[in-house]
Amino acid sequence: MEPFDLILIWAGIIAFGVIMYVLMDGFDLGVGILFPFAPTEEARDVMMNSVAPVWDGNETWLILGGAGLLAAFPLVYSIILPALYIGVFLMLAGLIFRGVAFEFRFKANRSRYLWNWAFAGGSSLAAFAQGVVVGSYIQGYETAGRVFTGGPFDWLTPFTVLTGVGLMIGYALLGSTWLIMKSEGYIQQWAYRITPFLLMAVLVIFGIISIWTPFVDEFVRERWLSHFHIIGLLPTLAVFCAWKLMSSVRKRQEGVPFVATMGLFIFTYLGLLVSKWPYVVPPNYTLYDAASAYESQLFLLVGLIFVIPIVLTYTAWSYWIFRGKVRAGEGYH
Amino acid sequence: MELDPVLLSRIQFAFVVSFHAIFPVFTIGLASFIAFLEGMALKTDNPIYERLSKFWIQVFAVVFGMGVVSGIVMSFQFGTNWSNFAQATANFMGPMLSYEVLTAFFLEAAFLGVLLFGRGKVPRGIFFFAACMVAFGTFISSFWILSANSWMHTPAGVEMRDGMFHVVAWSEAIFNASFPWRFLHMVVASFLTGALVVAAVSAWFLLKGRELEANRKALSLCLWMLLVLAPAQAVIGDFHGLNTLEHQPVKVAAMEGNWERSEGVPLLLFAWPDQANQTNHFELGIPKLASFILTHDWNGEVPGINETAVEEQPPVAIIFWAFRIMVALGLLMIAVAIVGLVLRKGGRYWQAPWFLRSLTVMGISPFIAVLAGWFVTEVGRSPWLVFGEMTYAQGITPSLTGGMALFTLIGYVVVYALVFSAGIYYLTRVFNGGLEAEAAPHDLETGERPKRPLSASHARLEDDDQPHPAGEVPHGTL
Repeated sequence: MEPFDLILIWAGIIAFGVIMYVLMDGFDLGVGILFPFAPTEEARDVMMNSVAPVWDGNETWLILGGAGLLAAFPLVYSIILPALYIGVFLMLAGLIFRGVAFEFRFKANRSRYLWNWAFAGGSSLAAFAQGVVVGSYIQGYETAGRVFTGGPFDWLTPFTVLTGVGLMIGYALLGSTWLIMKSEGYIQQWAYRITPFLLMAVLVIFGIISIWTPFVDEFVRERWLSHFHIIGLLPTLAVFCAWKLMSSVRKRQEGVPFVATMGLFIFTYLGLLVSKWPYVVPPNYTLYDAASAYESQLFLLVGLIFVIPIVLTYTAWSYWIFRGKVRAGEGYH
Repeated sequence: MELDPVLLSRIQFAFVVSFHAIFPVFTIGLASFIAFLEGMALKTDNPIYERLSKFWIQVFAVVFGMGVVSGIVMSFQFGTNWSNFAQATANFMGPMLSYEVLTAFFLEAAFLGVLLFGRGKVPRGIFFFAACMVAFGTFISSFWILSANSWMHTPAGVEMRDGMFHVVAWSEAIFNASFPWRFLHMVVASFLTGALVVAAVSAWFLLKGRELEANRKALSLCLWMLLVLAPAQAVIGDFHGLNTLEHQPVKVAAMEGNWERSEGVPLLLFAWPDQANQTNHFELGIPKLASFILTHDWNGEVPGINETAVEEQPPVAIIFWAFRIMVALGLLMIAVAIVGLVLRKGGRYWQAPWFLRSLTVMGISPFIAVLAGWFVTEVGRSPWLVFGEMTYAQGITPSLTGGMALFTLIGYVVVYALVFSAGIYYLTRVFNGGLEAEAAPHDLETGERPKRPLSASHARLEDDDQPHPAGEVPHGTL
């Protein structure tokens, strides 16, 4: 028996990486989703400026997650990626387009509207695809002998479309509350106005997903029924966050709405984790089935222990440098 | 016609990786060139070095950005198209690829920002240090990737248990037999790429009569570099070939177009390999030279392709011709370096228009040579994904159909074509701006903020020659 349960440590690292990605890339994808609805072109400048300094740092969590998953839980990587083959392509295409749009929009004049569409379309597509991943995870994957055996469009069902749309609107909510915090004047007023509608849509869709899930997944149904007193706590906390968000918007607070939205995401995410634990490739494989060799997990962990604190410090520093309001016509010099 | 998911996945991977490789190959060389310029600037206080460095850092930023964007796809392809391979090799490949990502993060987090935006804001010594660390980081990144790739050619340090390779000796696996030569060959190739591209752009500026002093300096540096590295690369390539002869003899046999094991084998300059009949047509060669190069003996014995069963042979024609393209371009680089040396007398190397024009054209040659070289080594491994252990057919994603593979292949071609056109077009704008643009004072405009690679560059995507559409706020005038 090995001295530590590395599998648990790695599960923690990956779970942390995923929620970091969802929260951080979530708000900048959300800003992209809201792009077509912005009141003016000037507002779009401000919106893009508010995420420009940090978005690529946010996205690096996705790459680290992809590589880390291959290293620590290869079975997840080698079943879920084939199962979502076309969805993964759409997500990557979306991320590439919006990444390029970030760089070129500010340098363009006549072609700017094209970059606007690339930014909005790419962000929406990537967010939808990520929501579909969540839905397909709840649905489970058809496997045999540690290999995906389902069809090319198993991931596209009414349920996953709903989770896809749900995450899109959820990201848009993160985006609008981020804008409340980072903008002022008529742009902030616009963000205040749309936030309650987005929240309502999110609550309705999350609600439908929660009611639908036990019908899609028997395992979740049994877990919920047997551990209701503990699991019931998480949706309660999520609802509290939603209430806090609503009341803070009414009071025109600036930072609380974003924090409350993050809370909503975190508790929903935790709810999903405890509902499925310890299955990482439902319905057949747990994280222990999916793990790579002990020595491989250890070999990578050594490097990670040095690099993660640096990346976190750098991330915190970036956000600190670019703190405060973003004003129209002003870059950080 | 039945669509073959294996073939389509191979084409897709070759396309994506070839497209991606163009960028790092250039940035690795360029990063060292920038570090060198910064070192000289610090040592000599000659403002020319700083001006050159400022310009090339802009180019570096754009190319680095394109490399990152095109690289995102790579880390997912192993899973989408080669899931059995991913699963079987994860214990080794997973940590290798993750370390590459960690290195890149570390580099970006700690030093890239300083290099792109820190000039004048941090002490000069620190700035030079950041430039060195960025250059060093590019080597470490390629170290991990090339180790992983070399392991697929010469697997070592692992044992197979329950369908997965388990690493039993990390140092043997990482420093596997083909790694040292492949790494050296690639690093020198990157330096050559950097030198030839800088030479090409400098020559172009000189032809236009722009910034003569600085560009002459850059051209001179590159030509010296070329004079040392181009011949050195030929020697390193030879050793790399000998290493391949030992571990993957069939690949070398295919490179030489030698079907039957024999002595005193000629070096074929031209031939039309015919795999179906296991022979060549229209052979034209220099007697005994291949034997001499490979065994250092005029009558040495060279293995034949037909020692490998027909169904396990790689496609000979591709390897044979890709190898000739690479070697021909390498020889051309040596020739250019020698001509450059001859033209030193009287400073003709920066004045003779015909030489400058040839240099401008040569700017593309290292990219073709590098891709041709990679085609030799990668196609030469087929049908093995992990040489001698796992074939393409075993490594493919079982659920993948030909239609799905075709869909994403077309998709990636379209996406990359769009991104690539925008990137190259923008790069030509940066080149057009030249050193002068960077020297002219400019205010950071709206949205041009630090911390994104392209913000390091100030060129516009279009000429500002048309009025802005009504209702749109003119950029940078608020």
